[in-house]
Amino acid sequence: MKTIHALAAGALLAAAVGQANAAEIEVLHWWTSGGEAKAAKLLKEKLEDKGHTWKDFAVAGGAGDSAMTVLKSRALSGNPPAVAQIKGPLIQEWGDMGFLGNIDKAAEADGWDDFLPEEIVAADKVDGHYAAVPVNIHRINWIWANPEVLEDSGVDHVPQTWDEFFDAADKIREAGYIPLAHGGQPWQDATVFEVVMMGIGGGDFYRKAFVDLDPEALTSDTMIESLKTFKKLRGTMDDNIAGRDWNIATSMVINGKAAMQIMGDWAKGEFTAAGMMPGEDYECVAPPMTESMFSYNTDSLAMFDVDDEGQQQAQRDLASIVLSKDFQVQFNQAKGSIPVRLDVSLDDFDACAKASREAFDVALDEDALVPSLAHGMAVSDSQQGAVFDVITNFFNDPDMKAETASERLVSAIRAAE
Amino acid sequence: MPSNVSAPASGERRHRRSLAGHIERVLPRLVIAPSLGVALFFVYGYMLWTFLLSLTNSRMLPQYDFVGFAQYARLFANERWHVAATNLVVFGGLFIVSCLVIGLLLAIFLDQRIRQEGTLRTIYLYPMALSLIVTGVVWRWLLNPGLGIQAMVRGWGFEDFTFNWLVDSDMAIYTLVIAAVWQASGFVMALFLAGLRSIDDSLFQAAALDGASLPRIYTRIVLPSLRPVVFSAVMILAHIAIKSFDLVMALTGGGPGYATDLPATFMYAHTFTRGQIGLGSASAIMMLCGVLAILVPYLYSELRGQRHG
Repeated sequence: MKTIHALAAGALLAAAVGQANAAEIEVLHWWTSGGEAKAAKLLKEKLEDKGHTWKDFAVAGGAGDSAMTVLKSRALSGNPPAVAQIKGPLIQEWGDMGFLGNIDKAAEADGWDDFLPEEIVAADKVDGHYAAVPVNIHRINWIWANPEVLEDSGVDHVPQTWDEFFDAADKIREAGYIPLAHGGQPWQDATVFEVVMMGIGGGDFYRKAFVDLDPEALTSDTMIESLKTFKKLRGTMDDNIAGRDWNIATSMVINGKAAMQIMGDWAKGEFTAAGMMPGEDYECVAPPMTESMFSYNTDSLAMFDVDDEGQQQAQRDLASIVLSKDFQVQFNQAKGSIPVRLDVSLDDFDACAKASREAFDVALDEDALVPSLAHGMAVSDSQQGAVFDVITNFFNDPDMKAETASERLVSAIRAAE
Repeated sequence: MPSNVSAPASGERRHRRSLAGHIERVLPRLVIAPSLGVALFFVYGYMLWTFLLSLTNSRMLPQYDFVGFAQYARLFANERWHVAATNLVVFGGLFIVSCLVIGLLLAIFLDQRIRQEGTLRTIYLYPMALSLIVTGVVWRWLLNPGLGIQAMVRGWGFEDFTFNWLVDSDMAIYTLVIAAVWQASGFVMALFLAGLRSIDDSLFQAAALDGASLPRIYTRIVLPSLRPVVFSAVMILAHIAIKSFDLVMALTGGGPGYATDLPATFMYAHTFTRGQIGLGSASAIMMLCGVLAILVPYLYSELRGQRHG
């Protein structure tokens, strides 16, 4: 008994000494599901190799809604974590409120500007200074297809135009399968819609409509056509989409109940977990007319303003680790995304990731790289919410006209400003 | 007074007794004071704070640039708020009325001195023991056209049978009513049963002697005497209806679209996930006003009636 006490006391003492010497940083994130949790653990281990302590603050809940709620309450009580996973325009908002620190030193030391794409990095800077570090790039515009189902329905390739798509859908339906797997949640509806719209309208139109929220673009004929095509997709889905989670929809493609799903590249994780190989057991193809386009979703770690020198050092160390080539490869393989560093070789990645990088390069050249609205990269929370409301309501209301929906988009966005 | 002539010794005892009496009088207040203070602060204090926030331009975090009633103007210009408010009226009205009717009928039937009454009572009361999340999930499965009732009936050979309210934006609100009524009507039954048992049997016998039929006894004598029970039941059901949040989240998630949004889910979405704290607070205050508009007149008439009755 005594020895146990002595041991415990010793351990406590050791822990106390350890903490006094190295900085402890608390990291708020929502990397909690299978592959993501593995990726987060990797980051933790690398940080601890540098002598710092990672205090884990994981808040589960897709897309980070719950994590953001927790972050707000912590910030309000004057006790924000040192590092938090924040996305897109929200980084700017936190920065404008004076909560974020500055990690320019790390950026200069490692030469971030040489290998990070400007378009992506703009969101991580506040007043021209790095306040956050980007971790990865997800591509949203993907169709995940089951080749066996397509073949069985007499469809020889994944459709490249919407006319082709609806023809193929008829054949697939006749063969007894569901053409498009989908989950009826607002963010999934918006994901499908933005993919349809960027294909029909192109990069410039997408930016006008969904980044600048320009009323003229929102009520244009292109928008109306996109809305009509989107609504027509409802007929290619099954009747039970209400409230279905995205991964359940993915499993319908995996099980051969459905032919295709439109979803970001995190869907790949589900196929991998089912032991399927890209190019053989499943296919990843750009949705109609978006082949040279790239709608991105980036995770970033934002650094909060801390006074402690040690913690500032730990923040910079964490940022360097995140952007190290090793970590970029390991993390992104686990998460299904592609490295945010342009100089990392993708030789060890699967076919879909390689295709994603190619599409990224093409999109950069053709100015067709666009931020995803459905994934919080394009506009503020409140504007995103307003768009979600209209899109999802239009999709679910058989009587609503595309013209009405486009007018409502304008008024809802105005009301949310 | 006898104490005036008592000896000093007994005076001391009397003093002690009065001290004990004093403590006895003060102690309950002392014990209640902290919880009263806590309640005042956390309930009324935060109500006041919410009201203040609803007058500000707060977005992601609270801030204090006062903009008057602009948030209320925006709230009433908001399409989704109108859907949520209408839904509350439909849901709340149907929920309260159905629970009262079903609860009362069940209670009257159970009150007929039937066999196995205890077992039946427990069965009807059981849903109340479940959390609303569980109720929501169970009904989501039952009402899912591809899994639940529709699939089962079609499996029996009725291929044209359709029961897809859950995925129909016009009917989805009624699925909330079904699930909520299933959950709460057993509880209302228990309230009514207790009320019925408290009615003196001699009343029944006297009425029967006078030649009144059984339905007449119920409508003329029993129901009026159950008025206080109806009062409590409506109080409890009304607040369940207005604060309904978990049921919506579990059963429909507010969908399809936002067809089953209720003020509580509207408030949560705008305050906590959409960075519109000002607007969310305004909707919370409107919910409070809604509750007060119904409860205050009702309380007033009921309590006044009791005093005079």
